[in-house]
Amino acid sequence: MTLPDDITVKDVDILVIGGGTAGPMAAVAAKEKSPNASVMLLEKANVKRSGAISMGMDGLNNAVVPGHSTPEDYVKEITIANDGVLLQKGVMTYAENSFKMIQKLDAWGVYFQKDETGEYDMKKVHHLGTYVLPMPEGHNIKKILYRRLRRHRVTVENRYQAIRLLKDDEGNACGCISLNTRTAEIVVIRAKSVVMCTGAAGRIGLPASGYLYGTYENPSNCGDGHSMAYQAGAELTGLECYQINPLLKDYNGPACAYVTGPLGGYTANSKGDRFIECDYWSGQMMMEFYNELQGGNGPVFLKLDHLAEETIQEIEHVLHTNERPSRGRFHDGRGVDYRTKMVEMHISEIGFCAGHSASGVWTNEKGETTIPGLYGAGDMASIPHSYMLGAFVFGEICGTNAAEFAEGRDFAELDVAYITAERDRILAPMKRTDGIPPSQFEYKVRRLVNDYLQPPKVTKKMDIGLQRLIAMEDDIQHLYARDAHELLRANEAQHIFDCAQMAAVASMYRQESRWGLYHHYVDHPETNNEDWFCHVQLYKNESGEMVCKKRAIDPYVVELDDSEKNAYAQMRVQQAD
Amino acid sequence: MPIASQISMVPVVIDDDKCIAEKGCRTCIDVCPLDVLWINEETGKAHMKYDECWYCMPCETDCPTDAVTVNIPYLLR
Ligand SMILES: Cc1cc2nc3c(=O)[nH]c(=O)nc-3n(C[C@H](O)[C@H](O)[C@H](O)COP(=O)(O)OP(=O)(O)OC[C@H]3O[C@@H](n4cnc5c(N)ncnc54)[C@H](O)[C@@H]3O)c2cc1C
Ligand code: SF4
Ligand code: SF4
Repeated sequence: MTLPDDITVKDVDILVIGGGTAGPMAAVAAKEKSPNASVMLLEKANVKRSGAISMGMDGLNNAVVPGHSTPEDYVKEITIANDGVLLQKGVMTYAENSFKMIQKLDAWGVYFQKDETGEYDMKKVHHLGTYVLPMPEGHNIKKILYRRLRRHRVTVENRYQAIRLLKDDEGNACGCISLNTRTAEIVVIRAKSVVMCTGAAGRIGLPASGYLYGTYENPSNCGDGHSMAYQAGAELTGLECYQINPLLKDYNGPACAYVTGPLGGYTANSKGDRFIECDYWSGQMMMEFYNELQGGNGPVFLKLDHLAEETIQEIEHVLHTNERPSRGRFHDGRGVDYRTKMVEMHISEIGFCAGHSASGVWTNEKGETTIPGLYGAGDMASIPHSYMLGAFVFGEICGTNAAEFAEGRDFAELDVAYITAERDRILAPMKRTDGIPPSQFEYKVRRLVNDYLQPPKVTKKMDIGLQRLIAMEDDIQHLYARDAHELLRANEAQHIFDCAQMAAVASMYRQESRWGLYHHYVDHPETNNEDWFCHVQLYKNESGEMVCKKRAIDPYVVELDDSEKNAYAQMRVQQAD
Repeated sequence: MPIASQISMVPVVIDDDKCIAEKGCRTCIDVCPLDVLWINEETGKAHMKYDECWYCMPCETDCPTDAVTVNIPYLLR
């Protein structure tokens, strides 16, 4: 049996899906490892300006720089911030490669802030150690990555949405089915190994503003990778450990305590008082934030109005030109000036993200998922709190290992029946003449997430939410798209739908509370280490059901003292009597 | 299932006098991570076709003629 004519097939040795941060690094690393191999970087947007760092970045949130901290210190810090549930080996691999990656990026021309003596100008933001390295000129980072892709002759394919992974007879990943988002053409990419770098699932919840695209994450990161991995049978982990961030109210960009903290800014309640010890984003910190918001002392604000004029100018320069440059316009529209007014903050919608939290597709210290030949890096994977530098480090590791996996392998036989059925499923919304617009379907899913799945988590609520979502399964056959762009949105909406169910199923499975607000489960308010000191793995079983199981935590590589374990539990500023 | 179209005020504004799309420029369209800028068939100029914007600004920053202005979406203002 051969494929129908309307399906194009392309062969590459190594396929990288997602060209944001981790993806370009993975593609370059694969080429460095196997210069003669063909490497394709498939991107839903355009690699020149895609992903979380599309406009640049304000700094490295987790730089492990000799003289300031050791990899052991860092592993301890993240172990504590993550309430002990993590693959320490993975965090250690990151920490050991962190400085090398900074030097590599530095050599490529990425500018990091240095002090008078030419040393990296490190800032303390975390609770215990010093890990933040500002990059006030961070806006050229995408350009620098793009130059590397050209130099290594990586094949870049923009405006393709990967939708389904392909596996061979032995269960190895062997490519993907993708959709050209401008022409609605189906393209099958056949590969000998695959690296997924599709970013966070940032479009599951609805921002308080009600604007579907006003998310914290770049909205192109809607959970495609999570859904694809799930549908292919991979395990996901820690999905109940949501990502929830403290943000500027309505603007939904980071308030940037990491930028302002070292310069004297802080998070304050409506009285202007500091109430958290440490602005580093953790579930425990978010719990205090949430309590203050709800407890009568809110709203919560970013306080800068006590700072000197030159400090404020420095802050404005960084925050209004780099990572989220429309921020200045947002403030101007409301007449907010840091000199005279505190800036109102709020909490974000929920999401899955390893970069900020610990939720995503399970990956180990080699970047391997549970599917052979399939690797995962960055926000969609599961090495916790990995941020931008973690995406680069694991992008490199995955690219190298995927190149090695591809060596000596042949292309797999294509499963024509499966691919043809998927083509029909993917294109179906465009074949209809009316029906449910993707935006309405998506809005409804995300509204249900907010109504029923946000913390505080309650069994009865999550149960209703899940049932309402399952009932929406019938709506999929009525999705209607008028053009290729709406078809992209229809396919995204189905991935968001999968992710929403995953959030419910994983949250109900872990019957305890952990990670502060992220998994604040009202029916089980205590942390229960006896039964739940483990990972929760979510996967699709043989009968196609969404189920969970426990996975034991691998032996630690860095032990913690009992006195250290609770450091992040004491987030609230202690009042002197 | 009958449908209706609703109008929406879009955040990105393009100055037709400055836009040189007729000379082949597609920069803003190429860089937009959400693919919401398209050529307006009537004018031949770039315009915002879908109200799905992250107000991230590559379109404005990379436009060679400063034709693009990104405003904050109305619901957020
Ligand atoms: C607003 C904001 C501010 C941040 N600030 C900082 C900071 O100051 N310091 C720091 O260290 N970290 C920061 N982070 C975190 C950091 O940027 C991320 O952790 C990191 O960039 C993630 O890299 P990634 O490669 O996983 O995802 P991304 O860089 O987001 O890339 C994912 C890519 O996958 C593509 N994609 C998605 N689905 C598909 C599909 N189906 N097919 C093809 N392509 C697809 C997307 O278009 C995107 O280009 C910030 C994040 C955000 C959102
Ligand atoms: S980048 Fe500027 S000049 Fe080019 S098409 Fe867009 S608006 Fe027109
Ligand atoms: S601001 Fe960003 S999302 Fe909006 S049109 Fe411009 S590039 Fe696209």
